[in-house]
Amino acid sequence: MTRNNRLKGGLINRDTSLNFTFDGNSYSGFEGDTLASALLANGVRLMGRSFKYHRPRGPLTAGSEEPNALVELRSGGRQEPNTRATVAELYDGLDAKSQNRWPSLERDVMAINDRFSNFLTAGFYYKTFMWPKAFWEKLYEPIIRKAAGLGSLTGEDDPDLYDKGFLHCDLLVIGAGPAGLAAALTAGRAGAQVILADEDFHLGGRLIAETGALTDISGADWVTQAQAELASMDNVRLMPRTTVFGAYDHGIYGAVERNADHLAVPTEGKPRQTVWRIYSKRALVATGAIERPIAFENNDRPGIMLAGAVRAYANRWAATPAQSVVVFANNDDAHQTARDLMAQGIKVPAIVDTRADAPDVEGTEVLKGAEIINTSGRLGLTSVQVQLAEGYTRDLYCEALAMSGGWNPNLGLTCHQRGRPIWNADIHAFVPGDGLPVGQIVAGAANGEMTTDAALKSGAAAAVSALDDLGIPATQAELPTAKDAPVSLSPFWHVKGAKRAWLDYQNDVTVKDVKLAHQENFISVEHLKRYTTLGMATDQGKTSNIGALAVMAELTGKSIPETGSTIFRPPYTPVSMGALAGRAVGRDFHPTRLTPSHKWAEEQDAVFVEVGNWMRAQWFPRKGEIHWRQSVDREVLQTRSSVGVCDVTTLGKIDVQGANAAAFLNKIYANGFAKLPVGKVRYGLMLREDGVAYDDGTAARLAEDHFVVTTTTANAVLVYRNMEFVRQCLCPEMDVQLISTTEAWAQYAVAGPNSRKLLQKIVDPEFDLSNEVFPFMACGEITVCGGLRARLFRISFSGELAYEIAVPTRYGDALMRKLMEAGEEFDAVPYGTEALGVMRIEKGHAAGNELNGTTSALNLGLGRMVSTKKDCIGNVLSRREGMNTPDALALVGLKPVDAKDAVPAGGHLMNKDGPIDAAHDQGYVTSAAYSPILNSSIGLGFVKGGFDRKGEHLRLVNPLEGQEVLVEIVSAHFVDPEGEKLRA
Amino acid sequence: MIINHPLLGPRDAQEFTYLGDATLINRPDWQSDNAAQAFHDYLYLRDNPAGEHRELWFHEQGDRSWLVVTRNTVTHEILSVEMARDVAKAAAAERSAQ
Repeated sequence: MTRNNRLKGGLINRDTSLNFTFDGNSYSGFEGDTLASALLANGVRLMGRSFKYHRPRGPLTAGSEEPNALVELRSGGRQEPNTRATVAELYDGLDAKSQNRWPSLERDVMAINDRFSNFLTAGFYYKTFMWPKAFWEKLYEPIIRKAAGLGSLTGEDDPDLYDKGFLHCDLLVIGAGPAGLAAALTAGRAGAQVILADEDFHLGGRLIAETGALTDISGADWVTQAQAELASMDNVRLMPRTTVFGAYDHGIYGAVERNADHLAVPTEGKPRQTVWRIYSKRALVATGAIERPIAFENNDRPGIMLAGAVRAYANRWAATPAQSVVVFANNDDAHQTARDLMAQGIKVPAIVDTRADAPDVEGTEVLKGAEIINTSGRLGLTSVQVQLAEGYTRDLYCEALAMSGGWNPNLGLTCHQRGRPIWNADIHAFVPGDGLPVGQIVAGAANGEMTTDAALKSGAAAAVSALDDLGIPATQAELPTAKDAPVSLSPFWHVKGAKRAWLDYQNDVTVKDVKLAHQENFISVEHLKRYTTLGMATDQGKTSNIGALAVMAELTGKSIPETGSTIFRPPYTPVSMGALAGRAVGRDFHPTRLTPSHKWAEEQDAVFVEVGNWMRAQWFPRKGEIHWRQSVDREVLQTRSSVGVCDVTTLGKIDVQGANAAAFLNKIYANGFAKLPVGKVRYGLMLREDGVAYDDGTAARLAEDHFVVTTTTANAVLVYRNMEFVRQCLCPEMDVQLISTTEAWAQYAVAGPNSRKLLQKIVDPEFDLSNEVFPFMACGEITVCGGLRARLFRISFSGELAYEIAVPTRYGDALMRKLMEAGEEFDAVPYGTEALGVMRIEKGHAAGNELNGTTSALNLGLGRMVSTKKDCIGNVLSRREGMNTPDALALVGLKPVDAKDAVPAGGHLMNKDGPIDAAHDQGYVTSAAYSPILNSSIGLGFVKGGFDRKGEHLRLVNPLEGQEVLVEIVSAHFVDPEGEKLRA
Repeated sequence: MIINHPLLGPRDAQEFTYLGDATLINRPDWQSDNAAQAFHDYLYLRDNPAGEHRELWFHEQGDRSWLVVTRNTVTHEILSVEMARDVAKAAAAERSAQ
């Protein structure tokens, strides 16, 4: 049933016809149309269903405040739910579907909810789904979730690019209506850096929606002139299709630019949307006003629209919702809708005006002091029932109704930082109050200046005053004249006696619901909102909040400002998650850090594991190995019997230099460093100030005033931050400098009995690596491969004779290849993090699992390391009584009594005879591995008083998986407890 | 937010990490008689004012300065920004003068 509701004129390009589909039906529109205007022009009023009652709905508005006409746009990975048809710019091939209905928009079975509206009142869910309790999760919630919600996603990946950007300006002008354009012209001509942003794709605001807004020139023509001038200025950036969605601290605004939403597919390589962070010195909110509906019985039928929207469709888009339109209003402004429609040949059977003294309008009848008390038409309006002043009722046949209860300043961005609107009794609306975001000013209708003339002047004046603040001289731009009179309006919020009279269209909140909330004492506005869900839909109540406030005010007998006010929070309109994510999606969600030998490891078919942002080789499978354990066991055995090489570049490395470097390390480490000789390395344990073990590593003294500190991979950034805190905030008098060199050096552990022989092949001959000259814990600056500078540390995490060798990062790949080549004669093996882990558990070295943020030096068996003779971070509180009880947890080794059993990591330890419950917990397992040397599963864990319980048998339980293993407490040093190997 | 770094000028707060109350600069003397109590208070007791607050920010993605930022926690207005090292030095000088 397609009818032609296209009128003459308008800002559409009739030379470019665009084909599109809605719910599978084909239509055509023109360039410059929105989806809503094109559908209206094609005679389609029904565009959606409401959230709760599934009531048939058409567009209420012609802008971003739209509560009803929400559709799914596009399909596949590009499908976008809950798009407002009123702002969706038409393009050729646009494909839209209605949502929240089944099986079709015309026949929606869930509309049965409407019949049960007496039960589905405010608080329905809270009251109904109370019992039985168990039903909530299993039955009620899944059903409610299925029934609720609006549009849907396909779950496919969005193929498009989203971007982020940064902009700076002197003056950000938000809204390109009369006030915004006047401000931008004024500031632009003064030479200021200006950004003019508007959510619409056509600048002009109401200027292009009205006939005769200006006296000497058409609004549209003046907008074209102004736009051309602004576009010619290098200091002005015009940003149509850009919604400023949030006002943040210190003049920062968030904006989303829809670069390609008006195209079928974004241009190759260009983003669909861009989120801009705009740093403004001053910002002018010129966001205009939003018209408010009137609440009357069945005021939500398709065809019932705001009067200003009907006028905008007719004037800008040359579309009318129907051939016969009744107007219902409490103000003169809506009379213009009747005049504009009649000028286009549309029938206006009558204007129903609530005011007894309403003026006459030529060409139609004004029913003064009358109200609309009901409407008819299931899928679209067919008639309205009018209660006349004389007391009779009269039916008017019409297919559309243009209503207006007045206009509210569009306050959104003024409230984002606790700004509280104040009531203006002259215009019966809230206007911006105190507490505007820093640097923000408001002009035009957004500030309660409700005429075009005032908007133009206040915009220009605001720009002058903003620039004056910044020391930029400016004079008001010459402006066109506008002689519109202030709107005469008498407040009228709802028709008395109406019940199913919609306030919030999207969330189906009616006058009756507000009355119920009042009856149940939810009279605070915040409670009212949450109890009825008023204003909590995707439109944030832009058209509904004031109406509900007015009804509540009437019920409580208070004035509207006494009842409360409305606050808006960011975002102004919904922002897609894709835009907020920008490019940080998929593999770019966070940076990926690769070690210099990554490519080499890939060539060896290494399996990688993510460690923070790093990718580390986990193990290196060889041909024929089908289980990771085979690879790991081989790597361990080969290292322990000959030599293995492991990339340890990811360890944090911090260079500490200065006359007080040793004193500084004394401060950050629990153990002493003052007496560490040059050329030696020492293990260091850091505590937190609360005495808990924080991180461990080594510090190598390369010179009297030069140390190299290593940290664990995970804590590299945090330890550095903390060390800078100590340096700058606690020891400001010390002569010491820090720099993170993690990425400057590639570092490899070379471990195993043949490690010295291997290194001797690449270390330049003048450096003696013999045990006498370069013993365990020695360090030094050397050269390798004929002059390449390197650092050598004789330290061992594996427990073997071992070294760590570091070269500048760019030689890392070459060194790895060289080491493996030189190691061929020893059958040197590369090993990954798994073998590294197995060997450190065999050796009883603590790692992240043991330094888990709850354990102290005492727990770790390192209690004696904490010096009492010096001040260091954490020493005072580490001596707290509660952390030093005789039964404190102690790090021990655990071995299954039956070697066939595996030690479950994370399991808890219980006494052999005794209950298994939390009250009798003896400790827990932190690390477990299979030791190929011992041919047994082994573990490390903490046991109460464990140092004195060697040989005791405990039950290791994992109730989640029903595991129970008998284990023996042993020394944590499973391998080479005397340390003979590493000193060899 | 924008933090006006004493050396680098206005920088976006995103470049910084936040630590908290600047009283962390005033670490107690480890040898005092009531050291345990003093460290307890230093570590665990904080004022949480609605209003002016001196707090520590670290310019992690910048020059790695620790700054003492005096900020109104209600309005987010930043009243002053100092190098934490200068603040710590002044505090130390004051302590030794006593």
